Amino acid sequence: MIVMQEMFRVFQQHRGNAIVIPGRGNRQWHEISTQPRRDLPLGDPAMGGHAGFALGLALALPREKIVLFDSEGDLQMSLGVLAMVSEHKPKNFYHFLLDNECYATTGGQPVPNAANVAYDQIARAAGYPSVHAYTTLESLTIDIGRILAAPGPVFVAMKIVPEIENRPMGQRPPRLSRSREQVLADFSAELGIAG
Amino acid sequence: MADEAQLSPETVLAQMKQNGVTHVVWLPDSETNWLYTLMKAEPGLTLIAVAREGLAFSTAAGLHTGGKVPIILIQNTGMMEAGDSMRGWGLGLNIPVVMLVGYRGWTRHGVTKDTAAAYTERFLNAFGINYYLVENDKDAPRISAAFEEARRNRRPVAVLVGDEYHGFNS
Repeated sequence: MIVMQEMFRVFQQHRGNAIVIPGRGNRQWHEISTQPRRDLPLGDPAMGGHAGFALGLALALPREKIVLFDSEGDLQMSLGVLAMVSEHKPKNFYHFLLDNECYATTGGQPVPNAANVAYDQIARAAGYPSVHAYTTLESLTIDIGRILAAPGPVFVAMKIVPEIENRPMGQRPPRLSRSREQVLADFSAELGIAG
Repeated sequence: MADEAQLSPETVLAQMKQNGVTHVVWLPDSETNWLYTLMKAEPGLTLIAVAREGLAFSTAAGLHTGGKVPIILIQNTGMMEAGDSMRGWGLGLNIPVVMLVGYRGWTRHGVTKDTAAAYTERFLNAFGINYYLVENDKDAPRISAAFEEARRNRRPVAVLVGDEYHGFNS
């Protein structure tokens, strides 16, 4: 199992100028990112949609490297997105999966067939030309530079230590340090996209 | 020429081009094949087929965030399936997207027995999403009105297509 924050520290060394959609890893990524205006922390607009959003962004900005940190609960809701990505094969799309085998934000209940789903194999069968799976940070650390230097679409499944949140919603710290509106406005300004 | 009382796919495509659409995010329904054939031949359009309609809204949100102009092309049944995504990715991110919705079951003649039609407008009203009904080529300017409203208010607007696309004019 990989500690999410440690994984993000390793990823940060290889990020370059990539646009990062941290998904449910936003709180941990926020503390590490050095280019927040190229990050798109959107919280949880609606479960199951991050990969669709990232695909749309990758197709809209083919010259930018798009890195998504998806989660297995989200992906189980929208497995068809793997076929959508595979159809378009965006060379600039890097699809990382944070697989903690549970719904961490609702108390840690297991996702369906939690420990036994080979998401990398599902991605391969859907048509991703390049897939990887990691259970240790050491192995990921060895490979990540090469993964990010190669063309996408790439799928990288990672077993992540669950960070379970079980406090009532009202007692939790805010998920986003900036409002979604501000995140999108900062991003548009950074990339020179007319709003 | 096609009967003016019908909706031609050329008219719909012309409206897309007039409003700068770059990407069509869509899931086929029983009434869109003529339009599909035309869109596929249009070099200025990229078609993105979705596996379920909920993915249409998140994908369109990503396209818009990247500076493109998507349109969503789905049926009313799928729109209802996509409710949470429409809320979160469409309304929640202020995405000015037009969704062209096949109005399955719509009729001006008597009472529809299709619950897909019965709930369509109530569903949109629940989300506070405005809509325009298009039944034939004379209604086409309403599609541009929907684009204008979406841009002005920075939110999704629906165009309910109350008729099938009737093949090509030529």
